[in-house]
Amino acid sequence: MNIITTGVAGTMESSDIIVTVEPKAGEGIDLTLESDVMQQFGKQIEKVIRDTLAELGVNSACVSAVDKGALDCTVAARTMAAAYRAAESTDYVFNEVKKK
Amino acid sequence: MSGRLRRSMLFVPGNNPGMIRDAHIYGSDSIMFDLEDSVAITEKDTARFLVYKALTTLNYGKKELVVRINDLSSGIGIMDLEAIVRARPDVIRLPKTETAQDVIDCEREIERIEREAGIPVGSTGMMAAIESAIGVLNAKEIAFSSKRLIGIALGAEDYVTDLKATRSPEGIELMFARGMIVNAAKAAGIMALDTVYSDVNNEEGFIAEATLIRKMGFDGKSVINPRQIRPLHAVFTPSERDLKKAMAIMDAIAEANARGSGVASLNGKMIDKPIVARAQYLLELYERSKAMPVEEV
Repeated sequence: MNIITTGVAGTMESSDIIVTVEPKAGEGIDLTLESDVMQQFGKQIEKVIRDTLAELGVNSACVSAVDKGALDCTVAARTMAAAYRAAESTDYVFNEVKKK
Repeated sequence: MSGRLRRSMLFVPGNNPGMIRDAHIYGSDSIMFDLEDSVAITEKDTARFLVYKALTTLNYGKKELVVRINDLSSGIGIMDLEAIVRARPDVIRLPKTETAQDVIDCEREIERIEREAGIPVGSTGMMAAIESAIGVLNAKEIAFSSKRLIGIALGAEDYVTDLKATRSPEGIELMFARGMIVNAAKAAGIMALDTVYSDVNNEEGFIAEATLIRKMGFDGKSVINPRQIRPLHAVFTPSERDLKKAMAIMDAIAEANARGSGVASLNGKMIDKPIVARAQYLLELYERSKAMPVEEV
């Protein structure tokens, strides 16, 4: 997935996270994160963002995130939405099927 | 009485992570994550991702999980289905259902996605919300349109707008629609579910409406605030007086059967088959209510 513009998803409400994905020159993900729970969960939030981008095939992007206590699933959902918006793509792929 | 209790279905806006996280703690029988009217048109994608990730990740225990998608004619509904069928809620709620064909079209897409995703075909339930004058007139055909349907529901705001009527505290403008929907549902052997009561600060009015719809035969009601769950469950819980009467009816029937008599009576009144069926239903409702006690909020 190629990032061609700025994509933003999420809010500053409690339990949410706002993720901004922007184009970057060259390979790699540059990530900056602010969080009310940075010390306890900063690494985990960063991991979820990086893993989600990797699953989407995003290899090059500048990402900034402001976390307000989001669960992992919210972090992943906001990252997905921001990435698709930044790629100007609506070819959504939902690979994960819940096991019952 | 078949299936589970659906006295209360709590609406949860699909783009609100805090409410999605906490939705299971309030004690509603069902949780309905909404991708439709409570989500701004510019946030349909973000809400879809959020509900999809929540359902594939979080554990809501034995709560019945429902997702209201956008209608298929909008072009958004099909994108909702591609995500949500894979997230495997118990039920997908189709809004603005006007004809049986609306249900059939949605079912066809659900079945295609189930096959593509390796999900057992037929495992995704459906319910249809009827929100227009033509939908009400087609209630019977809608109720019989799919084996996946667990119920049909009334969506009052759009319906009243379609009628060019106004909402009133006593709900006279909804009487025909409620009558049609409850009759169609019961004829098809599925549940009838009532619309929301929007004035969350008017508990007296809410209880009056809940009492009315229970008397009419509805199985439950949508709620938009957790505060409405407890009084709603109280309305749907049989009173001690009704319970005692139902138990006395069942005892009288058992006694008559033991005597080899086909005729039973209680306090000088003959007990016929419909009276027994109602007593059985009430006792089953009570047993199921006991199994799902009302949590303190």
